[in-house]
Amino acid sequence: MTATSVTDWRPVPAPAVLLRHDHTRDRDLLLLPERVVVLQGGAGTVVGLCDGVRSVRDIVDELAERFPGAPVAADVPPFLERLRHKGWLR
Amino acid sequence: MTLTDPAAPAAPAPAPARPWALLAELTHACPLHCGYCSNPLELTRRSHELTAEQWTDVMGQAGEFGVVHTHLSGGEPLLRRDLERIVAAAEAAGVYTQLVTSGVGLDGKRLSALTAAGLRSVQLSVQHADPRASDRIAGRRSFGEKERAAALVRAAGLPLGLNVVLHHENLDAVDAVVELGLSWSVDRIELANAQFYGWGLLNRAALLATRDQLARARDAVERWRERLTPDGPELVWVVPDYFDGVAKPCMGGWGAISLTVAPDGTVLPCPAAASLPDLDPPNIRDRSLAWIWDHSPAFSRYRGTDWMADPCRTCSRREEDHGGCRCQAYALTGDAARTDPACRLSPDHGLVRALAEDSADERPAVRQRAPGRPEKARRLP
Ligand code: SF4
Repeated sequence: MTATSVTDWRPVPAPAVLLRHDHTRDRDLLLLPERVVVLQGGAGTVVGLCDGVRSVRDIVDELAERFPGAPVAADVPPFLERLRHKGWLR
Repeated sequence: MTLTDPAAPAAPAPAPARPWALLAELTHACPLHCGYCSNPLELTRRSHELTAEQWTDVMGQAGEFGVVHTHLSGGEPLLRRDLERIVAAAEAAGVYTQLVTSGVGLDGKRLSALTAAGLRSVQLSVQHADPRASDRIAGRRSFGEKERAAALVRAAGLPLGLNVVLHHENLDAVDAVVELGLSWSVDRIELANAQFYGWGLLNRAALLATRDQLARARDAVERWRERLTPDGPELVWVVPDYFDGVAKPCMGGWGAISLTVAPDGTVLPCPAAASLPDLDPPNIRDRSLAWIWDHSPAFSRYRGTDWMADPCRTCSRREEDHGGCRCQAYALTGDAARTDPACRLSPDHGLVRALAEDSADERPAVRQRAPGRPEKARRLP
């Protein structure tokens, strides 16, 4: 683990990773050199906010405002951490 | 089952799920002469290749139809002077591009032009970790250029994969290959046991590994898997299906997730399918990609499970491995609709076992890939 607390982290997709909306299937995708990841539910919206400027805290606040009642504070940080672990977010 | 009135119009069959990936074989021409090449023996001449305009149209249709990923391959795609235009067309169509290259001809200028056009990633082939052996297998001095290409791709910040086709001559060098990948800081190392199509099938007796060799290589891979850290390169082992007794889920199923466009515009469910004599594959010059995928007889031929005979027809694995590879069934039995002989349940499995067990001490020389008929192909020096 790094010393930075997870909420200070400003996630951004790794250079190899592309977030793209697939109009044919109406799905958000992560495109990588050898794979396509189909994002479920609101995952694409979350990754879409990972611009290297917003911190995890900003992302959580913004989502909480847009989706009142959704468990964003509990779900979003571990989701982002999982993507970081896979090397898809930095 | 209910009986239906034979005169009643049948309900239209649901359209097959759309493809995700396109293998674009831009040219069969190549500066290397690897004897394991899966290109057909009858290589398409440069004058018969699709133009950049035609490829632009292919990419547009592909993106529109749901393709999100393309491998720009060959032969050596860098031999196309208009490769940048094709990359730009894919990017404009929303299709993620990966260049599959030998690295020969990839200098800094070319790479910047490709990156500017939207190239996303590179897969680089190397034939061996030892420069002399790599050059020998490739049939040309090329290791130095590969090394330079790897450094350029790294410096450009593009993801880089290293692909090594494994066979009798280099299977004992797996450790050195992984070390090479580490020293070139690649993101992924693909250890691809040779598959026997095209030139590779012609050279099978020379290329085929021995069981001992494979066991040692597998152990080496296992040791690396334990040693490599999560931020180290991804290590991929493409199984040697002749030895495992298990059919590979070839292409993820016939006409299921991916399609190939050959240099002359022939559209195929997989690159090797050009070898099937009565397939009559469609051409993108004559038909739309959508029609080809949804309606062409070639793509419907072995789609799903209806075409299967026993043992696949009733096998619990039929949805997972799709009965293996049609081209391999044809190459080994003369009938593409039979169970892939690589499967131990196939009545023809003895054919594969005989080849795998016959670890010949006397091997023929590799016939190196070259244009023209293979009879004229160059021999190893
Ligand atoms: S019998 Fe057919 S479906 Fe069953 S495992 Fe073998 S190839 Fe696969």
